[in-house]
Amino acid sequence: MTAVAAPQQAPDLREPKGWRRSKNRIMTVLMVIAFVLTIIPLGFVLFTVIAKGASIISWQFLTGSPIPPNVLPAGIGGMWPAVLGTLLITGLATLMTVPLGILGAIYLNEYGGRNWLAALIGFMSDVMTGVPSIVMGLFIFSIWVLHFGYSGLAGAFALGCLMLPVVIRSSYEMLRLVPDPLREASYALGATKSRVTLTVVLPAALGGIVSGALLAIARAAGETAPLLFTILTVTQANPNVFSGPNTSLPSQIFSNATQPYTGAQDRGWGAALTLIAICFILMIAARIVTARFTRYSR
Amino acid sequence: MKADPASPAGSADTLSQQRPLGDRGFQLLALASGLLVLVILVLIAVTTSQQAASWFSTEGLKIFTNNWDPATNHFGALSFIYGTALTALIAVIIAVPVSVGIALLLTQVVPYRWSRPIVYVVDLLAVVPSVVWGLWGILVFAPWIQHIYASIASGVGGIPVLGALFGPPTSGPSFFTAGIILAFMITPIVTSLSREVIATVPQIDKEGAYALGATRWEMITGAVWPHSQGGVVGAVLLGLGRAMGETIAAALVIGSASNVITTHLFVPGYNMPAVIANQFGEASGVFRSALMGLGVLLFVFTIIINVLARGIVERSARRKRGA
Repeated sequence: MTAVAAPQQAPDLREPKGWRRSKNRIMTVLMVIAFVLTIIPLGFVLFTVIAKGASIISWQFLTGSPIPPNVLPAGIGGMWPAVLGTLLITGLATLMTVPLGILGAIYLNEYGGRNWLAALIGFMSDVMTGVPSIVMGLFIFSIWVLHFGYSGLAGAFALGCLMLPVVIRSSYEMLRLVPDPLREASYALGATKSRVTLTVVLPAALGGIVSGALLAIARAAGETAPLLFTILTVTQANPNVFSGPNTSLPSQIFSNATQPYTGAQDRGWGAALTLIAICFILMIAARIVTARFTRYSR
Repeated sequence: MKADPASPAGSADTLSQQRPLGDRGFQLLALASGLLVLVILVLIAVTTSQQAASWFSTEGLKIFTNNWDPATNHFGALSFIYGTALTALIAVIIAVPVSVGIALLLTQVVPYRWSRPIVYVVDLLAVVPSVVWGLWGILVFAPWIQHIYASIASGVGGIPVLGALFGPPTSGPSFFTAGIILAFMITPIVTSLSREVIATVPQIDKEGAYALGATRWEMITGAVWPHSQGGVVGAVLLGLGRAMGETIAAALVIGSASNVITTHLFVPGYNMPAVIANQFGEASGVFRSALMGLGVLLFVFTIIINVLARGIVERSARRKRGA
């Protein structure tokens, strides 16, 4: 980011008087209020989730199984099936999507250059980030679930569709920052293009690419809508991600949120805190990677 | 694939006439991964439309009537389209001034070392998963804001326009509650896009305004705004697209009432993503096909909005680079 630094105030030779000055101050205060307005709901949500979730979370809550019926109070059973499902499905989606996304970005930046196909792919992948997550769920339902049934794999496909354009976009931005002399030096040594890309360009951009991928994973881990019609919800842990219905933390929170029973709601808060913790850990990891391993940045 | 003559690839190609197989294979692999985006988009359109075909064919133009009653096999979706537009509009009206305000605060007011923590905090809004917003919305926020709705409604009851918008009846889960929650969720993206656009305003324009004796606000309206107008419009459109497609939070707080088309904002309703999320599980036959069709409509609407918005953003970015 350039030019974020605020401009140096011109020396106050003659400070404007009256209404002009007041208007300037009012507007500055309004901008600060705009920021405060976003802190309030954020603080409110985090406070509620931590306050209600912290008392629920225990080792047994995280690793216990099965998920008890809604009428039972908190403290019985646990969320292990959902924790396992989230880890497996998000992990599988990551394994499928991140290499493809990076390859796509390599095409856009290293091979496509300014040709029309690369421009079209770049534009459409930006557009694809705006496709609603529920549509991805419907898509995987009609192309996969109808033929092969519900499974964690189907959920991973749906999450992958959401992650792909995000990974492409962030990797592309990072590849673009790698200076050309690096490439030219390798070509001068007689390396082929694929070798230059894989051994010189990619390592140079790796920090930023990993950080972007982590953020995409954090987004995907919290998604519910694509999983509703691809994995369903179950109460028993299903370690086989390739067949049979599965469950996930977001799906459990969604189904618990509408339950009138306090036990179910409590479990919902506990699951929400677990999910937020996972997302935050991923985000902090991304920040650390950015801070320590990024060689070129804007 | 013709290599761009400006890129180093051209020179490497001419040096060695035959490229190793692995090298070409890698290029094909990269090309295939890039094409995957286009393939997925086309497949989404084709497969969901196929699944939705029986809705379009049995109902015809009646899909745009306000009559959704799965029990009697009536699937008119007008109220959901209305609800989608209404909640997205509320979200944008709330989120845009806030987002643009923060973007201006970040780029024009605070020093750089303060702007980074502010960016982190705003981005945290995007890290909170949709379903957690929904859980909080339905269990904490809606019961709390219900009282505020009630007192607003009793205050404006008889007044012509305000009464029609904010008058009774009121309910915690409602169009307006969904709009507010969606506004929280789209604020980070609108902020970050507006910030990027505003950051491209040339320093010299701003210094020029200051040199003419402008206050900071006059500098913003005179130098920053004309330069970033187009880009901010694009950012707003992208926010609108996000708000239209955001599912789970809306599904939990919108109140889940079909066939509601009203000017009253404090009543329960439905939007397209929410009705799909809540009813798809028990749907089959034409019912399922109708929900699929809602997905197709949603896909088409968001694609149109995103293409427009990206076009606007890219065009204004290009103009800036050219200048």
